[in-house]
Order: sequence, then structure tokens, then C-alpha cells
Amino acid sequence: MELRVENLTVARGGVPVLEGLDFTLSPGQVLILRGPNGSGKTTLLRTLAGLQPPLVGSVSTDPEQITYGAHADGLKATLSVEENLHFWASVHGVADIAPAVDGFNLRGLLERPSANLSAGQKRRLGLARLLVTGRPIWLLDEPTVSLDVASVKLFADAVQRHVAAGGSALIATHIDLGLKADTFDVGPYKADAHRPRDDGSRDSYSGFDEAFQ
Amino acid sequence: MIALLVRDLRLAMRAGGGFGLGLAFFLIVSTLVPFGVGPEAAILSRIAPGILWVGALLACLLSLDRIFQLDFEDGSLDLLATAPIPMEGIVGVKALAHWLVTGLPLTLAAPVLGTLMNLESPGHFWIFITLLIGTPALSMIGAFGAALTVGLKRGGLLLSLLVLPLYIPTLIFGAEAATRGTAGLSASTPLLMMAGITAGSIALLPFAAAAALRVNLR
Amino acid sequence: MSLWEFANPVKFMALSGKVLPWVIGLCAITLIPGMIWGFFFTPEATNFGNSVKIIYIHVPSAMMAINIWVMMLVTSLIWIVRRHHVSVRAAKAAALIGVTMTVIALITGAIWGQPMWGTYWAWDPRLTSFLILFLFYLGYMALWAAIDNPDTAADLTSVLCIVGSVFAVLSRYAVNFWNQGLHQGASLSLDKEEHVSNVYFQPLLLCIAGFILLFLALVLIRTRTELRLVRLHRLDVRERMKDA
Repeated sequence: MELRVENLTVARGGVPVLEGLDFTLSPGQVLILRGPNGSGKTTLLRTLAGLQPPLVGSVSTDPEQITYGAHADGLKATLSVEENLHFWASVHGVADIAPAVDGFNLRGLLERPSANLSAGQKRRLGLARLLVTGRPIWLLDEPTVSLDVASVKLFADAVQRHVAAGGSALIATHIDLGLKADTFDVGPYKADAHRPRDDGSRDSYSGFDEAFQ
Repeated sequence: MIALLVRDLRLAMRAGGGFGLGLAFFLIVSTLVPFGVGPEAAILSRIAPGILWVGALLACLLSLDRIFQLDFEDGSLDLLATAPIPMEGIVGVKALAHWLVTGLPLTLAAPVLGTLMNLESPGHFWIFITLLIGTPALSMIGAFGAALTVGLKRGGLLLSLLVLPLYIPTLIFGAEAATRGTAGLSASTPLLMMAGITAGSIALLPFAAAAALRVNLR
Repeated sequence: MSLWEFANPVKFMALSGKVLPWVIGLCAITLIPGMIWGFFFTPEATNFGNSVKIIYIHVPSAMMAINIWVMMLVTSLIWIVRRHHVSVRAAKAAALIGVTMTVIALITGAIWGQPMWGTYWAWDPRLTSFLILFLFYLGYMALWAAIDNPDTAADLTSVLCIVGSVFAVLSRYAVNFWNQGLHQGASLSLDKEEHVSNVYFQPLLLCIAGFILLFLALVLIRTRTELRLVRLHRLDVRERMKDA
């Protein structure tokens, strides 16, 4: 399943942050998303995941093919590691959580309430969720935050296995994961909020700019 | 969807889930009213159906902000929104879970509390049946209000302000049906009206609440 | 030339700027003479006394209180369907006027009720409905006030307005039912107004027209202010993004 982005403009709070984005994420490909803080990487990932509508342009894939890994892991403190994983697995209609447990070395923590996990362990559990969704396209927002070197290696291996099996991943990160990956820098696509738009990409507020000139 | 229901029920039962708080609140309100209006059995038995309805409504209101707020804060709601469950389904399941841990226990407890308030004998049945039909509407309307206020830092008070006016028709028909039934009059008209509100809320409000949630996740 | 062109802020600002002085002028020449005629040049009613003259404020404000909510419902629907900014700003602008009208109707009703029926307040279906309407206005405005992002606020308040309208109508029926159930036939009725003689009725019509024009003028002024506020918010966000 290919993810193709054409002439995409994404907006935060009604103001465009990135515009004219064009790229393709093919099966078997890892694409690293780079750009300084606040450049709109999270906004882009949320738009691709279908959580917010694009201002202009199109995303060519079905949101049902995508799983989104946000800053927050969506864990419930009073549920055990196993219960948390089982929940997401059954929401996605997946029965077997063993590969996810082994992939992120959670075997010894299964009975532990996630309230008692360290930040890195929580992150590992959050990443293990990706494996139980069974979806081919991973969109990850800073997945390695609070992971130690060994855990980053676990994560890189998981991504490696995922793309080898025909999946793909778009990862916003600042560190080198040691993966064979392409890089996409969002820097050149920064939207100029003051430039008048003539390419048909009038945002919902364009009338206001004319009204008060 | 069943997995979501099971998870929500499990979370409610675990420590810090808040299960039972509504019930305790209901008990305290029903105890306070006689202190306020005096212990005469005649007055208490006359106002009992209304007081029980208002008490149940307020107890229901108490836990509304938890319906979506916790999932919003820890990121679960984002992940649920991208999961293969329609948003309307999420709202429906969340409202059902809220009813099972709040509305249903209140309904079961109300006849017992009615005894404290000198409720006349057919009244126990009527307060039970009206709450059984009416509380699902309270949970569903409440879920809509919770969806509207989910992105707000201190949405609790605003949630009450938004939801309480929406509760008025359910309260009027519910309390009226209970009062008439207790007095031995025909209660079928208010009962049917309230059932209509419940059915309409369950059928239509998930769409409005889902729309509000999508806006808040944007 | 379609009606939707006025949904464009440019057209709206230009046109409303031109129309506004005329609306204010027309309002002044209907409302002021209407009030003076009503208060000073109508005969004193034999059985009601002077207090009856409060209808020249009470009736128009009560009518506007309901009609403004209907207008908010329509403009909210237009925002949901066609996403015209002017439309939803007009709804926001109208809410404060609507709640003021509701309060005026309630207060003048209470002042009138005292000499007429010997009580400031009764749980009459009409009075109760207005109290409920007041609560709906409060909730709508509180939701606007609580949300920073103008688009999010517009979407959520519009959904609330639509759902609220359904429940407001339900409340109206519920209240009618509830009051009959409690004190049969003893309810206060305001239907007498509909039979007032022409001497009182003609100035009343003038006052109603004046109130409609007053609302128009106020809603235009406030909508223009709201549009400027949105513009300000947008400039503010842009500047902060440029710095980042």
C-alpha cells in the first residue's frame, strides 16, 4: 500500500505551516522526517493519519491502512501491560500479542500495572502497540524519546522487520536509527503566511485579509 | 467495540476509577433533603419521587467529565480515532459504559433510598421503572456535553452549565411519571414521552457527539 | 448576484458599513415615537391601570428573545453546511443581544406581574420557558467564551445550538405538560394581549418594528466587531508563528 502526498498544505489553528508537500512512501521504504522544532512535523503526521483535514491537496491512502504513534502512548495506568496490549489488539481484530511482547522485550513485565513502569518501559509498550494493529503504514512522532540505546536497537529492528514484510514507516526523529532510510526535510516547504496565495490554495480566512486592507 | 466496553468497565472498577462515587453522592443527597425540609412523613413522601430524580440526575452529572477527558489526556482518544471503530461507535460505547457504572446502580439504589423518604408503596416500582428508562438518556446527553468540552482545561463547570438545561425535558417527564404513578394516576403519557427522548437521544446524539469529538481532536 | 456574496467578509464589511447609519436612523424614528406614544398618549385602562403600558417593552423584547435564537440556529446551520465566517460570527454577535432581550422580558414580566396577579413570579409555562431559554443562551455564550481557537469555537457552538434547539422545543412541551399536571387550569395566561384594542395595538406595532431595527443595528455593529476580532486573532497567530 503506497502513501502518496500531492501538493499538500497542512494548517495549525487555521494558519498554513507547511505547503506544497509532494512525496511518496512506498512499501518497504523508511522515510525519516526532518525539520526543526515547531516546523509542522506533528501537524503533518496528524493530517496524514486523518485526524485533521488538509487545507489543500490530497493524501492518497485509506486511513484504515495507517497507524499513528503519537507523543502520548495512550496507556491506562491501572491496566497491566498485557491488558493494555490486549485491548489495542482486539480493537484492531488481532488475536496474537506474542510478537509484540517479544519484539519489545516486555515478557517479564506482562503482569505489571503500567503505572509502575519507567518512562522508557512505557515507551516500549507504546511502540509494541504498533505491532498489534496489523497495519502496513506506520506514522511515528519522535518514537525514541526516553529510550536507552538497547531499546532504540529493539525499535530499529522492529522497523526493519516491518519494512522487510512489505510495510513502510514515516518517522519524525532527530537521532540516527542506523536504518537504511531516505530522508525528507520539511524545511523548504515552510509556509509563508504573508505571501498572497495565487495557486488556488486559499485558506478559510483569505476573505479576511482582503476585507481589512 | 466490545473490547472498548470491557476496558472502560474494568477501568471504572479499578482503584481511582470513581465507581461508586455517584452512588455515594446519591445517598448523601437523599439523606440531606430531610434535614433541609424537616422529618414530617407526609411532606417527604410527597416530594420523594422528585427528590430522587433530581438526586440521580446530579449524581449522573458528577462523573460525566471522565467519559472522554482521561482518554483525551493520555492520547488514547487519538489512537481510538484512527482505530477501525467509527467515532459514533466510540461515543455509544462510552455512554453505555457510563450508564452501566452510574445510571444502572442509581436505578437499583433509588427504591431503597425511597424507603428513607417514606415513599408510598407503588412508588418504589415507579421510581425504578422511570429511572431505568430515563437514565440512558442522561448518560447519552452527558456524553454529548463531555464531547463538546473535552479539549478544555477546566471543562467541568462548563459541562454542567451545558448539560443541565438539556436534562430539563427528561427530568420533567421522568419525575412527573414517577409522581403520577406513585399517586395511582395514569403515568403512560409522561413515560412514553421520556422513552421517546431516550430513544431519540440514543439514535441521534452519537452523531453530534462524534462531530464534536472530531473537531476537538483537530 | 446571489445572497451568498454577503457571506464574504469583504462584501459584508463594505455593505454593513453603508447600511448601518440608515438602520440606526430608522430605529430611532420608530422606537422613540413608538415608546412615547405608548407610554404617554394612550388612555389609562380601566381595570389594569398604568402598569399595562409596560407591554411596549415587554412584548417586543419577548418576541425578539425567541426570534434571535431562531436566527442563531439558521446562521449556525449555514456555518456547518457552507462554512461562511460571517454567518457564525453573526450568531455569536446575536447571542448577547438575545440574552439581554430575554432578561428584559423576564424582568418587565415580573414588574407587570406584581400589580396584575399579585406575584412577581409564577411557574407559568410561558415564564418557565423563558427562564429555560435564558439558560440555553448562557450555555451557548459560555462555550464561546471557553474556547480559544475561533474555528473550533464556531464548530462546537454551532453543534450545541442545533442540539440545544431540539431540546429547547422539547422543554417547551414538557413545561406545558408539567404545569397542567400540577395546577389544573389555574395557570396565568397572557392571551389578553391578543385582544387589546387598536388604541394600544398601533403603538405596540411601532415598538415591535423599532425593536427589530434595534436588533438589526446592534447585530451589525457586533458582527463587525467580531470579524475584526477574528482578524486580530489571525494576525496574532501569524506573528507568533513567524517568530518561532
